[in-house]
Amino acid sequence: MYDVLIVGAGPSGLAAGIASRENGLNVKIIDEFPEAGGRLLGQLHEEPSGEWWNGIKETKKLLDQAEALDVDISCQISVYHIEKLDDSFITHTSEGEFASKTVLIATGAAETAAPIPGWTLPGVMSIGAAQVMTNVHRVRVGNKGIVVGVNVLSAAITRELQLAGVDVHSMALPAMNIVNQDEAHPDKVMENLVRIAHLAPSLFIRFGSNFAKIGLIRKLVVKFFPKKGIKMWDMPIHLRKAVLEINGTDKVESVTMGTVSSTGKLIKGSEVTVPVDFVCIAGGLYPLAELAAVVGCPFRYIDELGGHVPVHNEQMETPISGVYVSGNITGIESAKVARAQGTVAGLSISAALVKKNKKIKKQLNKAIKEVEKTRKDASIQFHPKIDEGREKIHQAFKEA
Amino acid sequence: MKNRIVDHPVLGKLTAKKPIKFVFDNQEYLGFEGDTIASALLAYGIRTLRVHEASNEPRGIYCNIGHCFECRVTVDNQEGMRACLTPIENNMSIESGKVQAQPFKNKQPRTYADFKKNKAGDLDV
Repeated sequence: MYDVLIVGAGPSGLAAGIASRENGLNVKIIDEFPEAGGRLLGQLHEEPSGEWWNGIKETKKLLDQAEALDVDISCQISVYHIEKLDDSFITHTSEGEFASKTVLIATGAAETAAPIPGWTLPGVMSIGAAQVMTNVHRVRVGNKGIVVGVNVLSAAITRELQLAGVDVHSMALPAMNIVNQDEAHPDKVMENLVRIAHLAPSLFIRFGSNFAKIGLIRKLVVKFFPKKGIKMWDMPIHLRKAVLEINGTDKVESVTMGTVSSTGKLIKGSEVTVPVDFVCIAGGLYPLAELAAVVGCPFRYIDELGGHVPVHNEQMETPISGVYVSGNITGIESAKVARAQGTVAGLSISAALVKKNKKIKKQLNKAIKEVEKTRKDASIQFHPKIDEGREKIHQAFKEA
Repeated sequence: MKNRIVDHPVLGKLTAKKPIKFVFDNQEYLGFEGDTIASALLAYGIRTLRVHEASNEPRGIYCNIGHCFECRVTVDNQEGMRACLTPIENNMSIESGKVQAQPFKNKQPRTYADFKKNKAGDLDV
């Protein structure tokens, strides 16, 4: 029997594996993807300091550490159930059952599906799909495309597509429908966009972003948003244009784009056809938490954290003894935060299983502070009120 | 493999990897070690991995991380494999998903209530 079975070999799962192995635990990490690293693998962006954050290199650092400690990692294993017994857990997978004293669910996040007419055509994919193809598999997803959905994630990945030499026509909003209200509302999108403006080496948007933090001015910025869009990395970002439909018979051939009012309403007669051969849909991320649900964790819906998250505390414990969570399953944040949380989870599990744990507890407190520091220093803030969201979920744990 | 990103300003030149030969719909292709079925085919510009079983509409990858199941193909006679999560292997034989016969479409009642209605001649099928 393993001391801890970790589901997910992303930055959080790997960091947890390292921390628990350092304390002598018998650890196994499993992951569905053919290689370890999770969504960290595809990440590639320039930090405001000018340094490049290269997900492949960061993954290698973690894997080298894990290997030195002889952490057992198996890929291509899909988990479909975790069963709680009296003092242990049985994890049911595509490769049989695994018994463990504790489990850490570090499954990360998934992309919210944001349907628009024509989205099932080959050549339409989620923005994250394009990221993995481009940076991990080194395959161009098309020759000229358009990104539907303007948010932190889509801006970062669009830049990655450009770096790889893929031509992106523009980023635009999805046409408003009953499921995507906020993502199709220019003012609400602007509210989110100002948080990443510091990453854009364009004076215009920087200048605009400082003012746009004030609500009224933000509304004016949207109202007078230039028809050609503003340019970030030499590519237009449209807040007043929306993609209404994706066209093609057997594959993507074009999109229909129209001008929208500052509240997202289509201006009739403004529709034009833009020829493209691929479309990336960016609906944002939500915590991938099904396994926490099947093992019986209570949940809260917390908008600041990206959706439904399992109740947990700062030590990454859930109200179910022996079940831990870390990384994006606890809320959408950067890979650095996920990694720091993984260290906390690994130390937390070690403190629970190792008898002489005084030193471990000290390390644990330090690791918790490190998570806070990493969060504060993050160059990409997925939600401005992340701290409030964290407070809410920790409060829920106290009440559980 | 016209769609390979060989030179990258930050990630550098694509390093030589072991070539792998596989078959997709009776045609031979080359991929690299580390490729999934989806990435190896996309490198050739192949995007349609199956058609919808009933409507015959083409489908390709959507999420590329195993969640949407849009990319399912038959691999060495095993149906329902996700092209985005399955690494290519030498001599692997992959078949795209085909349209299925719909023998019961609009012909048979789906529930007992339908069956009774059908018998009474009320069901518009």
